[in-house]
Amino acid sequence: MNQLKKITSNTLFLPFFSLAILLLFNAFYMPGFFHIEIIEGQFFGRIIDILNRSSILIILSLGMTLVIATGGIDISQGSVMAISSAVCCYLIGGDGGGKAEVPLVIAIIGALFVCAICGAWNGFLVSKLKIQAMVATLILLTAGRGIAMLVTSGQNITVYYKPFAYLAGTIPGSALPTTIFIAAGMTLLLYIILKKTALGLFIESIGINANASRYAGIPVLKIVFLCYIFSGICAGIAGILDASLIRAADPNNAGMNMEMDAILSVALGGTLLSGGRFYLGGSIIGAITIQTLTTTLYALGVSSEQLPVYKAIVVILICLLQSERFHKTISRFTGSSTDGRKTGDVIAKEGGDVA
Amino acid sequence: MNIPKDGKLLRIINSRFFSFTVTVILFVVLYIVGMINYEGFLNPQVFFNLLIDNAALIIATVGISFVLLTGGIDISIGAVVALTCMVTATLLEKYALPAGVVMFLGLLLGTSFGLVQGYLITEFNMQPFIVTLAGQFFARGLTAVISRDTINISNPTYKAIASARFYIFGDSFISAGAIIAIITLLIGSILLKYTRFGRSFYALGGSEISSNLMGLPTHRIKITSYMVCGFCSSLAGLVYSFVMLSGYPLHAIAMEMDAISSSVIGGTLLSGGVCYLPGTLLGVLIQGVIQTFITFDGTLSAWWTRIVMAALLCVFIVMQTLILQGKKNMIAKK
Repeated sequence: MNQLKKITSNTLFLPFFSLAILLLFNAFYMPGFFHIEIIEGQFFGRIIDILNRSSILIILSLGMTLVIATGGIDISQGSVMAISSAVCCYLIGGDGGGKAEVPLVIAIIGALFVCAICGAWNGFLVSKLKIQAMVATLILLTAGRGIAMLVTSGQNITVYYKPFAYLAGTIPGSALPTTIFIAAGMTLLLYIILKKTALGLFIESIGINANASRYAGIPVLKIVFLCYIFSGICAGIAGILDASLIRAADPNNAGMNMEMDAILSVALGGTLLSGGRFYLGGSIIGAITIQTLTTTLYALGVSSEQLPVYKAIVVILICLLQSERFHKTISRFTGSSTDGRKTGDVIAKEGGDVA
Repeated sequence: MNIPKDGKLLRIINSRFFSFTVTVILFVVLYIVGMINYEGFLNPQVFFNLLIDNAALIIATVGISFVLLTGGIDISIGAVVALTCMVTATLLEKYALPAGVVMFLGLLLGTSFGLVQGYLITEFNMQPFIVTLAGQFFARGLTAVISRDTINISNPTYKAIASARFYIFGDSFISAGAIIAIITLLIGSILLKYTRFGRSFYALGGSEISSNLMGLPTHRIKITSYMVCGFCSSLAGLVYSFVMLSGYPLHAIAMEMDAISSSVIGGTLLSGGVCYLPGTLLGVLIQGVIQTFITFDGTLSAWWTRIVMAALLCVFIVMQTLILQGKKNMIAKK
């Protein structure tokens, strides 16, 4: 019994649990959901599809997790994706003959560089000028698509250069889509950096109390600044992959509302939006959960415009289950808890939130 | 901070209305520049068009200012506007209900939407951003569930309201929507400034613990702020449907971001406790003037609006931050 309680009280339990329920539902109602077949050395199947599609979201949520952990938020990710896809496609050029104007690597580096500058801008506003993250990134959210339009002169650039499509597709001879490798590689790299150095701990301590961290000698400004740059680069990579998927830069629609999905994955993964303790694994599970839900609903015949209704219900349910007050309300109904100091707790808790 | 110690300038910068004054000056300067460059700007109708075109946004901005004032956020506004348009269009066309009943139901819908969001946020201590994001998804999706195609409104009362013109002086006129927007703004300003009810929002935004210890019903105030926002969103939806005369799932996309930036330009702080409603009107109008500039010019592309808006937003935010930090430094020195 104690063992069970230990498992259910783990923060990662809920994200895993909701994903498991979704998968279980699929196993019963979608025949062949877990079926994977190999055609000409490549894996095909629903699971591979879901992993492939959720990779972009995973990459975005990596950056978002760190930013949220420092107590901030980055709502400009979708717009930065648009900038990155525009810059990358502009550099490669829309030559109909399938030639690239600059090598693919340079185009990617160029796009990522621009996105790093975007991230640095956000980081400068948040860390140096001490502007609230939400407002600071709102600036780039508003301007981003306009900038992307300027880069492409208001048109969609279609890229005919073949290797560009490999980024979000499969490299000939590879068994799995490239996006999965990129997402896995980035996750692994970030995990190692965060766990092998004190950086992860520093980020958490900044999110819990930035002032105290400064007194403890942590370079708060520098770390917050770096987190926003990282978020910008993540958005850049996601933007390039997104452009490669449709083989074009579409400033109006690229990454539309993706930042919202990224924030959702982070929240579903158990990280509080107020900052502090963060769960990288949780965010990834959250991203996969969102994509599984989307795929499942599509398979059930729900149209893309109606999809958000179900997404909203699931989000509210999961967040309710995570809410401590909800647990208290439930236990009050079942009568198993004696919670006499409720008002005092509330004041103490909200006091903590305000500070 | 290099704020001069000289008393007079300091007092001006520290005045509560400094931000508001700068906004007014900016608006006037922009307008004069427009008048010099384009002859059409001299026509007073251009000014009234600002009110007519942005009526829905003005109402939405009033609503979100209440929420921002308490330190919360509501990003479901655009979706609620679309949902209200769709529901009223459906009720009018498919069920042929009278216009008055439909409007009442529309307002009730928005208010109850806000009530549910506010209840979830306060009662279960959930994060406003996530709850209203889910609300946005829900409302936008529900709009598509009702109908994925445009539903045109042909109700005579609606058409009469939509085409009504109120002449002010000479040939200049404003629409019914603009009048509703102005009235909403006036009521909102009076409520916030002169009533106990309004002051409680400021208190809550200033410090939740203090207002709790003071004996204010903080939960109820918070829920009320989301209800006010929901009500304003649906009112904005009605005004929007007077202009569009239709319901469509993609109406008013990202209106909440426009509302937030207008409110911020008007002097609202997102950390709560600071807001001056007449300023938010100017935030909307400045946005409108820039759009008019671009329309008059004809050679500039529409996306310049967004870039210029962002630049302005940036200037205002940085200015407010510097003022705030200057104040803090002064208090620390005393």
